[in-house]
Amino acid sequence: MTWEWEVIGKTGFQFFGKILASVSHEIKNALAVMNENVGLLSDLAEVAEKGRHVDPSRLKTQAERLAKQVRRTDGIVRNMNKFAHSVDEFSKRVDLGEVLELVCALSARPASMRGVTVTLEPPADKIPITTLPFLLENLLWLCLDFAFDAAKDDKAVTVRAEATKGSARVTFSGIKPSTGERAERFPGEREKVFLSALDAEIVPDEGSGALVLRIATNRVL
Amino acid sequence: MRVLLVDDEEELVTTLAERLSLRGIEADWASSAEQALSKVAAVSYDVAVLDVKLPKISGFALKKRLEEKAPGMKFIFVTGHGSEEDFRTGSAEAGEGYYLMKPVNIEALVRKMDQAIRGTEEQP
Repeated sequence: MTWEWEVIGKTGFQFFGKILASVSHEIKNALAVMNENVGLLSDLAEVAEKGRHVDPSRLKTQAERLAKQVRRTDGIVRNMNKFAHSVDEFSKRVDLGEVLELVCALSARPASMRGVTVTLEPPADKIPITTLPFLLENLLWLCLDFAFDAAKDDKAVTVRAEATKGSARVTFSGIKPSTGERAERFPGEREKVFLSALDAEIVPDEGSGALVLRIATNRVL
Repeated sequence: MRVLLVDDEEELVTTLAERLSLRGIEADWASSAEQALSKVAAVSYDVAVLDVKLPKISGFALKKRLEEKAPGMKFIFVTGHGSEEDFRTGSAEAGEGYYLMKPVNIEALVRKMDQAIRGTEEQP
């Protein structure tokens, strides 16, 4: 194994762990909300048993809240499942928009913990590319992680995927223009290894500070 | 007893506040550190129940800032983190017995709040 693959392997394991920790935390939170919803239903039943009037609309509201949390948890688990299956095939034809949507969804909690909101502008059409899906997810995550730290004062990061002639690109905007040490820090050695493996490059937009990730559309190993 | 519940899961704190009020406890809530700080500046609470992981700040760091505004207020921490290491460090920081795992049993929480205010340890 070359040192580049060692970097990819180590970073990949860390990425996998971070995602699982974040997702399990989200599930725990949803369960905690459901626990209180069920608890309140039980409390209201007890109140009714004691002969006091309970407005049926309160019960309906509680049932709706529970259903909302079930949908939320289902979405979290579906994303986790999709993510887990991204290592099934090392190289695969995927829709870049779909991969980006998944990584943005998985990064929602880390973003929120840093006070950042992420807006995904979905592409008009599918962007089919042949790539290394897990490595691409990891690289997108690293870009988002950088974007969260470098977000402008309004802490609003926008992400957009587009098909371009002969390649595809993802733009991360809402980032302060790179200067000095920060410009040297990203992409660092770790990100450069991923860029090389994916036949991709990062081009900072000097004016707006946006980060543009260009990705090859036919990368096979 | 007047309680402040702080968690960025708004539905969690609003529902928990409603359940506590059914038990005769005056419960208020905040879904951010900023909101908690402004509430504590305006109202006197006996105890605050803080989520350990809040956006932009930890529950422990928030405790220090709240203590400056309300020196006598007691604290209980709740967390969704499940590792033993997290539990050890969290318990050490929160004080023995005042670090609870989500989902929280409401009767246990009420007992803890009562103990925190009265300054007594839970009997085995």
